[in-house]
Amino acid sequence: MCGIIGVIDRGREVMDGSAIRRSLSLMNERGSGEGAGYVAYGVYPEFRDYFALHVFFDNLHETRPKVDALLHQWGRVVHDEEIPTRDTARLRKVHTPWRYFFKPDVRLMPRSTTPAEEIVTELVMRINTAIDGALVFSSGRNVGVFKAAGWPEEVADFYRIEEYEGHCWLAHNRYPTNTPGWWGGAHPFNLLDWSVVHNGEITSYGTNRRYIESFGYRCTMFTDTEVVAYLVDLLVRRHGLPAELAVTALAPPFWDEIDAMDDRRRRLHHALRLTYASAMMNGPFAIAVADQDSLVAFTDRSKLRPLVGAEAGDRLYVSSEEAAIRAMEPRLDRVFMPRAGEPIVGRCR
Amino acid sequence: MRTVVIDAAGMHYTPLNNLVREAVARGAERIVLENVLGQRFIANGVRGDVAIEVRGVPGGDLGMFMSGPRIEVFGNAEHAPGNTMDAGEIVVHGSAGDAVGHSMRGGRIFVEGAIGYRGGIHMKQYLEKHPVLVVGEYARAFLGEYMAGGTVLVLARHGGPAVEERGLGSGIHGGEIVLRGGLDPRYLGVGATTVPMDAGAMARVRPLVEAYCAHFGVDADPLLDDDYTRVVPASARPFADKYTWE
Amino acid sequence: MTPSIGSLPPKYRVTIDHDRCMLCGRCVVNCSYGVFRLDGDRVRTNSRVCTACHRCVAYCPRDAISIQERPLDYRTHPVWTRGVRESIYSQARTGKIVLAGMGNALDYPMIFDRLVLDACQVTNPSIDPLREPMELRTYLGKKPQRLELGTRGDGGVDLLTELAPNLCLETPIMIGHMSYGAISLNAQLAMARAVSGQGTFMGTGEGGLAEPLRPYQGHLIVQVASGRFGVDIDYLERGAAIEIKIGQGAKPGIGGHLPGEKVNALVSRTRMIPEGSDAISPAPHHDIYSIEDLAQLVRSLKEATGWKKPVFVKIAAVHNVAAIAAGIARSAADAVVVDGFRGGTGAAPRVFRDHVGIPVEAAVAAVDAKLRSQGIRNEVSVIASGGIRESTDVAKIIALGADAVYIGTAALVALGCRVCGSCYRGLCPWGIATQRQDLVDRLDPVAGGEQVGNLIHGWTLELAELMGAAGINSIESLRGNRDRLRSYMVDQALMDVLDVKSVGA
Repeated sequence: MCGIIGVIDRGREVMDGSAIRRSLSLMNERGSGEGAGYVAYGVYPEFRDYFALHVFFDNLHETRPKVDALLHQWGRVVHDEEIPTRDTARLRKVHTPWRYFFKPDVRLMPRSTTPAEEIVTELVMRINTAIDGALVFSSGRNVGVFKAAGWPEEVADFYRIEEYEGHCWLAHNRYPTNTPGWWGGAHPFNLLDWSVVHNGEITSYGTNRRYIESFGYRCTMFTDTEVVAYLVDLLVRRHGLPAELAVTALAPPFWDEIDAMDDRRRRLHHALRLTYASAMMNGPFAIAVADQDSLVAFTDRSKLRPLVGAEAGDRLYVSSEEAAIRAMEPRLDRVFMPRAGEPIVGRCR
Repeated sequence: MRTVVIDAAGMHYTPLNNLVREAVARGAERIVLENVLGQRFIANGVRGDVAIEVRGVPGGDLGMFMSGPRIEVFGNAEHAPGNTMDAGEIVVHGSAGDAVGHSMRGGRIFVEGAIGYRGGIHMKQYLEKHPVLVVGEYARAFLGEYMAGGTVLVLARHGGPAVEERGLGSGIHGGEIVLRGGLDPRYLGVGATTVPMDAGAMARVRPLVEAYCAHFGVDADPLLDDDYTRVVPASARPFADKYTWE
Repeated sequence: MTPSIGSLPPKYRVTIDHDRCMLCGRCVVNCSYGVFRLDGDRVRTNSRVCTACHRCVAYCPRDAISIQERPLDYRTHPVWTRGVRESIYSQARTGKIVLAGMGNALDYPMIFDRLVLDACQVTNPSIDPLREPMELRTYLGKKPQRLELGTRGDGGVDLLTELAPNLCLETPIMIGHMSYGAISLNAQLAMARAVSGQGTFMGTGEGGLAEPLRPYQGHLIVQVASGRFGVDIDYLERGAAIEIKIGQGAKPGIGGHLPGEKVNALVSRTRMIPEGSDAISPAPHHDIYSIEDLAQLVRSLKEATGWKKPVFVKIAAVHNVAAIAAGIARSAADAVVVDGFRGGTGAAPRVFRDHVGIPVEAAVAAVDAKLRSQGIRNEVSVIASGGIRESTDVAKIIALGADAVYIGTAALVALGCRVCGSCYRGLCPWGIATQRQDLVDRLDPVAGGEQVGNLIHGWTLELAELMGAAGINSIESLRGNRDRLRSYMVDQALMDVLDVKSVGA
């Protein structure tokens, strides 16, 4: 059991991290103090054109030179620094979080239509599989993931989360069964622009992982959620599916529902299920995915995990619990529960 | 009437429930919980004859194992209110999440609006215990799944069908589900069947409709003056045919 | 010249309990091998001709018959087994190749039995498949890697990609190709009725499509093998799909041979060869000497049938099966059938049956991995066959990467077959592997169809339960999901091939 929460301001008005910290802590009953994290979009306006690579280093002296070298080989680092943290009593700093602002040399990936993204993806996969003691956990432009093992408020205070301002936030309160205490296992999971938080367990992980790895992605985080970020990248960025159809591919209607659709919809859903059979996710889950411009949340097709949506003016909220949303914004215009597999979508204007 | 008011703002559910229990022990007849926000297990296992008002949004498992009290929520209820409830009443002025009345053994739940998935899942009755779940608007998929007894009533006050999702009463082997209006048979789950709404069934439903209307200030006549669909088990042993011996 | 080997010990001893026997004579009538004869007030037996088909046992009303296997064995020896010695005697006498029936009879470890399945506890709910939706529907055929979509004026989306025709199975269990000629018309009819009732498919085998099967042609996959028996455009058009048989797991690399005595009037008409003539399938297709020739035949079959039918290619699981399957996948073929070395057969040279090829578990794992490494796994279907014995085998092979399975022997067992392994004799007393009309008549296609249908239905229920316990409500989430398997006492090299962790890991 985990708790998730997300918010997007469709007018791109920014929010600091204090409100989401409060609402994530309200769901501490869903966590175990072994993992929490936040992602915010729009946090690095001064480096908006650079990929912000957040890296956990086990040992700065030993591993950072290897990452530096690789990045210099593939592009230019305009700035890098340790991510500012605050000493807290209960959170042990087992890694040094570092950030690079990086611009890939697109001439090095001549065949791709999205060469910068291809290079960054390749670098993330390579560092995470080949450089021991270094883990890239955030790699998008003008977006930053901040996560660690601990309770939500400890992680937030450690990263000084209240000092960041973004127009879209996701946060996650983790109850791990597989890799307790491992910082890399905390959510959100991120690749390029995509960030994912997830409550539940993906019983089809073995199928999904093998599918996504056949497209060059490498799962390195020992947890099922990672695969969602890659699936979304494949379906939306590389295959060009609109977000709603990508959600349909991941949590499709049952065959008897498809059979009962009108001809045009039936053809489309039939084709989606056949084409993306191995991308389909099974088991109980509620997932929220964000990028620079949108926030999408959905559950598995039997709705085995909770998901609530709400609106207040330009802001769209999603969460495991209504109370968590109200902890951020007591005055809501509308509260609703989506159907199984039905996406809640918020887009910036 | 002795009323106790408790401000729940920022309070963990354990001290909150301790205050509730203390108040009941001291003979409170009415307990008002102000500023509730996400506290789970409110009135969990509480016995006695007391009215509890919840102002705000309670957390999951409201009134779980509860045996006697009447809870009134002014806000939406979370996951599984009335979970394995034994006796008493929960009235929600709002909607409720998934698994409302899960494994409920007795007592009554009234939800003014809609409920989520798996409402009334595995409700059961035994001797004088007969659980009741009344929903004002609609219920999502798997309503009354595995149901072993009791009554689920969905009033479709929102203008659409009471149920338009799969698995209605799937695996039902006791009790009845009554829907105001019709039902597309493709939503009927395995082991469930529809039967005519006879006078006896209507006589059972009428007081429930009237109680709902009394709770939420609604005129009962238009609701009563309508057609209902009744869903019951096809058999008390719906899956007996599945197995063979080695 | 006096033979110096002498007679060998009998394989079976058939004895009658004369206290129980009531001389009804059913054993005499039922045994097509001539074990029994009525001699005054006694039934006498000739154990030497017994095949242990158990027809007599099944029909004796008094349980008066017992059959003892190996009543007198050779001196035991771990190297010079009975089988080895008897092959030598047989070849010393004849100087010929030893033929044998059914599938691989050597004592190789069963990989299936060294794999265990998973179930949910706490972190996700197991699913009760009878109450909750459980989807076993499986589509076999080419699939696109991605879809082309067009946006319409009203914001809706139009599908621009034209999907290739796929077979739609309600359960991933099909019946493999057993030809008319090798088995009887009634056996084929029974199985055709079963697959039609269960929403799945069966193969015709390479012996053509007998006219009485035409009502079921919507559920039949017609086969084109190296002998091209019964193949004409009418045959191809009648099939729901077409399968090119390159090889067979029971005898990889060699052809087949239906003896002339099995070629009766209807077999002759169906195979389109003269009555009484041998039906010889060459080892290779003589129009396929390389992968591009196979691609040609696939395209030719599609061209002939207007690109309306999926074309499958069946290969025996051999050492390099993964690369071969990948080559096939990159042709226009819709599915690759991988037939493991435990696949059954009416007759095969013993050395091939027992020593050539690899198990289907390893083959499917390797094929699935190879197709993924080339990024084309999703575009082609993989059908596993050869040694699928129960629903757990189906679940395990799908978790190893198959889309669906063919069963063969299991379906025959559902028709009464006792796996006696004497199919090549043509005297099957169960009416399955015979063309003798009185024997064929013993098999009622209606009752038989129900039995085979029951088997598929029972397995399908079990498969749904196994998936539900693993928290999976759709078969595509089991496919290739090797995380839900663990191996028990499997060596590391094989674990690497299977890509399955050990129990406890």
